[in-house]
Amino acid sequence: MTAAGPLLQVKNIVVKRGGIPVLDIPDFRIERGEVLSLLGPNGSGKSTLLLTLSSLLKLHQGKLIFKGREIDGRRSELDYRRQIAVVFQDPLLLDTTVLDNVASGLKIRGMEKAGRLRIAAEYLERLGIAHLAKRSASKLSGGEAQRTSIARAFATRPAILYLDEPFSALDPPTREALISDLTRILRETDTTAAIATHDQMEAMRLSDRMAVIQQGKIAQAGSAEEVMNHPVNEFVASFVGMDTVLTGRVLENHNKHRMMIAVGDREIEAVGNFPPGEQVLCCIRPENVTLSTDSPEEHSSARNNFSGRIVRIAPHGLFYRVDLDCGFELISYITRISLDSLALREGRKVKASFKATAVHVIRKST
Amino acid sequence: MELILEGILKAIALLVSLDPEVLGITALSLKISGTATLISLFLGVSTGTVVALTRFPGRKLVVSLINTGMGLPPVVVGLFVTIFLWRNGPLGFLQILYTPTAIILAQAIIATPIISGISLAAMQNLPANLRLQILALGATRIQMFWLLIREARLPLLAAVMAGFGGIISEVGASIMVGGNIKGYSRVLTTATVMETGRGNFDVAIALSAILLLLAFLINFLLTRIQQRERPR
Repeated sequence: MTAAGPLLQVKNIVVKRGGIPVLDIPDFRIERGEVLSLLGPNGSGKSTLLLTLSSLLKLHQGKLIFKGREIDGRRSELDYRRQIAVVFQDPLLLDTTVLDNVASGLKIRGMEKAGRLRIAAEYLERLGIAHLAKRSASKLSGGEAQRTSIARAFATRPAILYLDEPFSALDPPTREALISDLTRILRETDTTAAIATHDQMEAMRLSDRMAVIQQGKIAQAGSAEEVMNHPVNEFVASFVGMDTVLTGRVLENHNKHRMMIAVGDREIEAVGNFPPGEQVLCCIRPENVTLSTDSPEEHSSARNNFSGRIVRIAPHGLFYRVDLDCGFELISYITRISLDSLALREGRKVKASFKATAVHVIRKST
Repeated sequence: MELILEGILKAIALLVSLDPEVLGITALSLKISGTATLISLFLGVSTGTVVALTRFPGRKLVVSLINTGMGLPPVVVGLFVTIFLWRNGPLGFLQILYTPTAIILAQAIIATPIISGISLAAMQNLPANLRLQILALGATRIQMFWLLIREARLPLLAAVMAGFGGIISEVGASIMVGGNIKGYSRVLTTATVMETGRGNFDVAIALSAILLLLAFLINFLLTRIQQRERPR
């Protein structure tokens, strides 16, 4: 096996349903070790793309290249399917015990009983459901069932783990716990993964890279910062919500609620409780960034004040979008009146302020 | 009233004393209908599964034919099996008319569409993505086939019982192709018809009691199966 080249490469694939193309991807790659999210609204084709990547859907055109070799014909398809795993939105467990479910992928691959049960038990442990081993799969809660499904996928030690909206059917606390466990196990096992989701927060927390899917095509692919700060079109902008996204590291955590976060050589104050040293993403909505031309911060509750230069001013619907360089990129939305009264123009120095509570902090997985 | 009461008392005596003739008829019934069910199980489950899992032109027609077949009148089956097995009929050379084999053949023809139809529904009731999940677990097509049958095993068992229940209580075809020959092709239903005709109500009631007991057991198990939960 060579280390060079993408793990999976897609060339010119077209998938049709009832004669109508629902997926059209000229070129796409999954790199070794990355966690990729396929982000898109319902019906955008992200699940279709995920099923296509896992060779479960018939291609009408194009090819999949895994580890430099084209997947072609029944034999190589089976060979590929035995090196990947898929977790669906519904857990789709078999009618047997939890332990046997987790061992089922290994049983299909012909592994002897003692070996597969040992590995299954190990992954039950990792997902915190070892106590359910002997339980019938029909008697699980939604969260337990999805944990079983994820353990079953990991047990085969897949080269690529595909997850199709794996948390959508779960209630918020269950989802939260499962996302942080999945993040941890992905990191511990260094598994390459692709996750289809419609939730940008989920995508930002889990993945290194996101691909935004629009009507069966990849509208944009890149890091969370790239996609959210520089959406290529209106669809991407409106779908990802257009926050300023900054990568940072927690420096200090005061009394478990007030954090200082290093972003480049600047420091941002935010509310939250992550330990020092943690890699985080800071999201700041442009409507929460105030601009001024003098220095009012002594009498303000805005804890973050930065001087910056206006890079660009562009009309954005009913208001203006101002791109700033404050040592990091920052976007502010202002009205026409403010633009005129402050006499803002490109190249001018301004003061940008936002409250510590306006910074949404997301823990970064890798 | 007295007639019924007397009949019931005599029937109980026959059952308790394990009357050899009643036992023999019961054993033959179970053997014939059991064999026919086994044959229908192979034909029906494989037909139902293949039709459920594959897409081919004319599939809708096949599904309609199976569903029609589920209500096939036994006397019609009896008529056509008799014609086919008649001495100078197309299969007359087999010389099996008025034998237990002929009853097995007729009953298998009645039960196969029943088992096919219920199997088809059972396979279609499995979650739509389960097939993809099993393939994603690395299964070959044959492994997938078996795993899906295993997943649908309870409704399939229900199909088998419905098939068995349908033919053990069937009389028209059995009497037409079996001939109700004593100690050879006489089964519970054909014996009941004959004994009733002769006015031997005690034997008829005893035979009916056994049939009722079998019907009860089948329905009891069916209900148990249908009440069971499926995994997520």
